[in-house]
Formats: sequence, C-alpha cells, structure tokens
Amino acid sequence: MSIEVVNITKSYKNFTALKEVSLHIPEGELVALLGPSGSGKTTLLRLIAGLEQPDTGAILFHGEDNTNRDVRERQVGFVFQHYALFRHMTIFDNIAFGLSVRSRKTRPSKQEIKERVHLLLRLVQLDGLAHRYPSQLSGGQRQRVALARALAVEPKFLLLDEPFGALDTKVRQELRRWLRHLHEKLGLTILFVTHDQEEAMELADQVVVMNEGRVEQVGSPEEIYHLPANPFVYSFLGRVNLFRGRIRDGKVRLGEAEFETEWEHNSGELPAVGYMRPHDVEIALAPGDGHFVQARIQHISPLGPIVRLDLRRLDTDELFEAELSHQRFSELHVEEKSTVFVKLNNLSFYVESPAATTPRPTFLPIQASF
Amino acid sequence: MKSKSSRNRGFLPGFGLTMGYTVIYLSLLVLIPLSVLFLKASTMSWGEFVGTILDDRVLASIRVSVVTSFLAACMNAVFGVLVAWVLARYQFVGKRFIDGIVDLPFALPTAVGGIALTSIYAENGWIGQYAAEWGIKIAYTPLGIWVALTFIGLPFVVRTVQPVLQDWDLQMEEAAATLGATRWNTFIRVILPHLLPAVITGFALAFARALGEYGSVVFISGNMPLKTEIVPLLIMTKLEQFDYAGATAIATVMLVASFIMLLIINYLQWRINKFDAAR
Repeated sequence: MSIEVVNITKSYKNFTALKEVSLHIPEGELVALLGPSGSGKTTLLRLIAGLEQPDTGAILFHGEDNTNRDVRERQVGFVFQHYALFRHMTIFDNIAFGLSVRSRKTRPSKQEIKERVHLLLRLVQLDGLAHRYPSQLSGGQRQRVALARALAVEPKFLLLDEPFGALDTKVRQELRRWLRHLHEKLGLTILFVTHDQEEAMELADQVVVMNEGRVEQVGSPEEIYHLPANPFVYSFLGRVNLFRGRIRDGKVRLGEAEFETEWEHNSGELPAVGYMRPHDVEIALAPGDGHFVQARIQHISPLGPIVRLDLRRLDTDELFEAELSHQRFSELHVEEKSTVFVKLNNLSFYVESPAATTPRPTFLPIQASF
Repeated sequence: MKSKSSRNRGFLPGFGLTMGYTVIYLSLLVLIPLSVLFLKASTMSWGEFVGTILDDRVLASIRVSVVTSFLAACMNAVFGVLVAWVLARYQFVGKRFIDGIVDLPFALPTAVGGIALTSIYAENGWIGQYAAEWGIKIAYTPLGIWVALTFIGLPFVVRTVQPVLQDWDLQMEEAAATLGATRWNTFIRVILPHLLPAVITGFALAFARALGEYGSVVFISGNMPLKTEIVPLLIMTKLEQFDYAGATAIATVMLVASFIMLLIINYLQWRINKFDAAR
C-alpha cells in the first residue's frame, strides 16, 4: 500500500521537528529515511503510524485520508528501536497479542492463532523458541520477534524505527540481508529509519535524506550518491573534502586551481564550494595534465586495504584527506612531511544561491568539466 | 582455595566484617527476641496454650484484626496504584506536595493520626455527622478500625508501585496500540502484569503493618471486647494484668501467622516474576 505525506508540519514546545514535509512512498518499495539525529525522521515515522498528530498537513494511505484516524485503526506494523516486547509474555503470546486482543467477532479461533504464530515463527527463523521469554533471547532474536509480532496483524505496511541500531555489527549485517530477503518474499511496503548511510544504501530501493525537519533529497542509492542535490547530502553520504573558493564568469577558483563550469549567471563574484571524496584524490610525484596543486603529507594512517593520508595544501593551507589503495601507496614511496602533487578530480561545485532571500542558504549544484 | 578467594576479592574488602555485623545485628534485634517469645510461650502447657487461644475474646479479636487489616490492604492496593499512577504519569502543580503527603502516615506518630481520625469520623465530627445521617457509624466500629488501618497503610503500595511506573517503557503501550489493543486491554494485559509484583509487595507490607498497628486504632475503635478489640490491644491488656504467658501465647500465634503470610507472598512473587528470572 502506498503512503502519501502531504505538507506535514509538526512542532513541539520549543522546536519544529518537521517543516512542510511532503513525501510519496510507492507501493511495495523498501524505503529508508536517512538523516542525522534530530532531523525529524523518527517523528515522521511516528506520524505515519499515528503515534503522533501533525499540526498541519495530511497523511494518506493508498489515497485514503488517515490523518485523524486513531493508531489502533490504522493497521500499521511498527517495530520499535528497543523492540518494546511484552516482557511478561512468552514469544508465542507476544506474537499472538495483536490477534488475541481483537473483539470477539473478528478474532480468529485459538487454533487459527496458533497456526499463524507458528507460521510467523518459521518466517523469522525462531521456531522452537515459542515458550521462551524475551529476556532469554539475544538482541537479534528479539528484533525478529518484534517483526513477527508486527506482521501477525497483517499490516498494510511496515514501519521500522532504527531497526538494527542496538545490535552489533555482525548481527546487523545478517539481519539486513534477512530483511531484504523478507521484503522480496512478502512484497510489503517497508519504511525504515536509520542514521547509518551504509545501511540505507545497502537495503533501500529509495532513500529519503532528511535534515533539520526537511527532506533534502529523494532518490535511489545511486542517485543520491552520485548526484547529490546539495552539500548536505554530499557530505552526509561519506567522507568528504571541502574546498572554499569563488566563482566568476563561469570559472571556479580554488586556490591556484581553476575550473571551467557551466554556470551561466553573470552576477559578479560569488562564494562557491567544491566537494571531493577522498578516494577521488589522485597523488603524483610530478605535476601532469589537469588541476594539480602541491600539498604536504601531515599524517599517514594505514587502514588495511587502503591508506589514508592527511594533507595540507601549500597554496591555501586547507586540510584534506586522500585514500589510496595500499599498492598505489607503496609505489609512491612517500612518507610524512614529504611534498606531493595532488590532482583535484571529480569535484562537485555548489554556488551559494545569489538570491539568498531564504533564511537558510540554498546551494545550487553546477556541472564542471574535468 | 584460599588463593582463589583472595584473587576474587573486590575493590572494597570487608566481607567478614560486614557479614559479622549483619548476623549480630539481626540476632540482637530480631532472632533472639523472637525466640524468647517462643521460650516464654513454652512455659505454658499445651492445654493452657490452646485454652488461651481458643478463648472467645481472643478469637473475636483475631477475626477483627485479620478482616479489617485485609480489607484495608485491599483498599490500599487499589487506591495506592491510582495515587502512584497519578504521581508517576502526570505533571501538575503541587505534585511535590502530594508526593510528600503520601509519606505522612509514615512520619506522623500514629496516635496523632488516630486522634485526628477519631475527631473527624466520630458522630459529631466533620465527616461522621453526615455518615450518621445515613445511619452509618464509623468511629467505635470495625469500620473505624478499617479507616485507621487504611490510613497507616497508604504509603506502602504507593511507594512500591511508583518506581515501577516511573521506569515503565511507554513504547510498550505504543506497541500495544499499533497492534490494535484498546486502552482497557492495554492496561489489563500489558501494564497490570508488570505492576502486579510491586502491588503484591505493597499489599503484603500494608497488611502486615495493619495487623500490628496499635496507636492509631485504639482511639477510633472504642475497644469493645468481642466487637472492636484488636489483637495488639488484647496483648497489651493481658500484659497489664500480668498475664505474661497469655500475652506471649497470642503473640506466638500472630508470629506464626506472619511467617506463613511471608511465605505465601514470596511464593506468589516467585510465580509472577518467572519472566524476569533469566535476566
């Protein structure tokens, strides 16, 4: 079932959690809400579930207005970050809860409930643990019980709040793979919240990047990584180097390096920034074609397959990072304090919007040729 | 063995000292006085003992004590949870004040409480006069005893349930709601089972306290033999008549009853707490 969020604003006593957020979640997709803490992603999830009420705006499920509907009637599966399992109930009773609290008319028979619970236990690979208590299970198992409990009531879609946040790395990776598999099997719309960009990229069909109560960008993992809409998205999706400079007549100057861009506005000189991923930095011992600047190596950190260098530009004194393969690093024979030539490659330029009338600086992406 | 124990010693040593102190402390204050009680009671022959206990006046007082204490504890179990709920879940003006008032029955000399209650619930008192219009006598009846025992037992349930409610994970309620449970279902099936161990503890404490309560009850009960005489008062009466053996016989019965009650409560706690055992 598709979800439509229309112009939602939600404020608490002294801050605004969501500012006019609109979002469309297509049916059957696995969508990630990605953002730093305090970006409003969990609030949005809770609003969709009906655990909170928006100040303005509407929430539609499959075109049907659900804004004022009670959480109990929304038929939404919600999995909490810390599972919120009922500690005094066995796993069986936890999963059966949603069915057994139904009114007598709609409640399935005891036998039907039993069959359904065991089916779900098999689905989450926990058969045999039906009579344990939540306290006897590991974190990953509890998370799967929470999922089974949410699935038991046959929800219209699943909402997961930081589903793997409280688990260690290995279990987390297993569960990710498993969730992906589950999604393919059930074809259910799943919306999950995460602050981990890797998790979002790995799992989701669509990623919604949020910041300070707004949606910054919606797109496939490919799109948001390679065509980030603004500096926030760019820098949130991985390590990043930032170079400050100015743009004039379509040319961006970053220290001694100059780049041709497709910027066509003729509005004098404006501040511009260039972002660059550390793995795009190319290091050479002599200058070649392209935009080479000199830099001094400050520190070398070998990180297994790659080596990270902390560098300082000699022309602008800006600090930045480079990541090389271990092989390339040993070919170079460089050490700390040595001076190298650095090719600035694949930069993303953003110009601070000339019509800066909004309180928040808006950045316009521009294309450059390399 | 010796080297192992020294290796496992914590950062704060002193097991021997603290354990020794605990044993001496408990012996001097609890175990020795209680065993003397049994010793004293054993100076009576079995026939005398049974005769003392089965005396009409003694049986009547035990009945009055147990019934009023039980009902008072029940009352406190229900309304104590309510008070704890209000204090733990809501923010309101004067919350700290109300929170403080709950402890008043602890802090107040019980005799003061007894006198205050008597003056209010007597037939010409503030509340007593309206009750009298309805033909209900509160002071100097078992009803009055029940009022006094409810008063002194109030803090027990509130103070045992309150911390449990404060630590309560609201997400469990939200989870129940997303699963379609009504508010009533959520309370009965999710919240109440969690509170139950604390409620039972509070109930047991209030009940035990009520059984032994003397100060506040003697004023409001009227102390009519066979009608409103409670066990502690009867023990007091026997002592005043220098019937030490009789007094200790009744005391022994009360002691054994308390023991049995403690066992039952502990068993119930264990049954209910099973889900937490593996933590």
